[in-house]
Amino acid sequence: MDRPIRVLVAKPGLDGHDRGAKVIARSLRDAGMEVIYTGLRQTPEQIVAASIQEDVDVVAMSILSGAHNHLFPKVVRLLKEEGVDDVLILGGGVIPEEDIPGLLEAGIKAIFTPGTPTTEVIEFIKANIIRK
Amino acid sequence: MLDLDIEKRLLESDKRACARLISMLENNDEKAIDIIKHLFYKTGNAYVIGITGSPGSGKSTLTDRLTKALRKQDKKVGIIAVDPTSPFSGGAILGDRIRMNDLALDKDVFIRSMGTRGFLGGISKATWGAVKVLDLYGCDYIFIETVGVGQSEIDIVKMADTVLMVMIPNMGDDIQAIKAGIMEIADVFAINKSDLDGADKTQVEIEMNLDLNEKEDYRPPVVQVSALKNDSIDLLLEKLELHKKFLIDTDKLHEIRRRNLRVEIVQLVEEELLKIIMDRANEDDILDELSERVARREEDPYSAKEKIISLIKKD
Repeated sequence: MDRPIRVLVAKPGLDGHDRGAKVIARSLRDAGMEVIYTGLRQTPEQIVAASIQEDVDVVAMSILSGAHNHLFPKVVRLLKEEGVDDVLILGGGVIPEEDIPGLLEAGIKAIFTPGTPTTEVIEFIKANIIRK
Repeated sequence: MLDLDIEKRLLESDKRACARLISMLENNDEKAIDIIKHLFYKTGNAYVIGITGSPGSGKSTLTDRLTKALRKQDKKVGIIAVDPTSPFSGGAILGDRIRMNDLALDKDVFIRSMGTRGFLGGISKATWGAVKVLDLYGCDYIFIETVGVGQSEIDIVKMADTVLMVMIPNMGDDIQAIKAGIMEIADVFAINKSDLDGADKTQVEIEMNLDLNEKEDYRPPVVQVSALKNDSIDLLLEKLELHKKFLIDTDKLHEIRRRNLRVEIVQLVEEELLKIIMDRANEDDILDELSERVARREEDPYSAKEKIISLIKKD
């Protein structure tokens, strides 16, 4: 692919900890991607609107507050309602092991928990991007 | 998404079609270029305002506030926010949306972030294309927010109808203000964060500088604002509108746009020519060999240039 991969990095929910999201954003940048960083406290609606306007390949969300089971699937659903079917949706943050299968089933393509090497995220994106 | 109906959907103000077309132009997609060729005659309705200034001067927040003021007048607004692409990795962090989150859900606002992708001068090459797409999408106003600029990234002037220069108090002594470049391109000055000490002094410095200009029929106004506190935003918008009115009343708008389009055409020709030449120079490693010879002082750079140019002259 001879164009940069575009990634929206967003923090849905109310927690104010964006260190992890920023580390990911920086790593993706260093891997040659264009990262649209939207900052803290995004509603699923805002994330979806930004994803559409920015025409991203990937939506990467991070939550540390525990609201992942509600917010992640909602973003998937809203994107689907808007007819967006070519975006890779990823989740990260403090996600209990037992919640992961349900999130994957809801359409999040991968969940990355603390300690994941950033190279793993980069490789996953490169291998799974939907729009070539 | 079907490419077939993207053109029709763009004209119906479909956000996804608009977004996709901008991406396609950013990636030099021939299909997108054909669509613009086909629709170009319909462009020229949007009024383009360039917003420039040093990093951290508050360009994004001010863009957000001006957009909200225009939305009160029911205007449709497009925003192109440019941030720097890393020359090393080719990646970028585009963070201007952080200051514009309230606008994300407004159906009559379209925000697009762009990396400079190797283009100097504070904007991206694809910004030209994005402006046309947003124009066709139906925007009344388009803001182009440049990367945070230093002293000479002034390409925005070649793209905008009106250039807004965002300054902040205490950014250096008055000699900064009389250096070439930045000061000469502004149609309106905003001194943002004007609740800080030194705003009046900054205003005086700018005004004194403007006093030295040749007498012209338009003098750029200087407005003290605070984007964060939403202070004097309406006044600033009024000054921007006055510049627009001046350009229309004096028929200068057409002149500016012709000048800008001329720059755009030259830009496109340069790009294509460079590509043709460099493609030939990279064939058979001609460029690599010449560089090596020049490095060994067996040849000089001027003669190397002549050899490369002669490659296409033969055609």
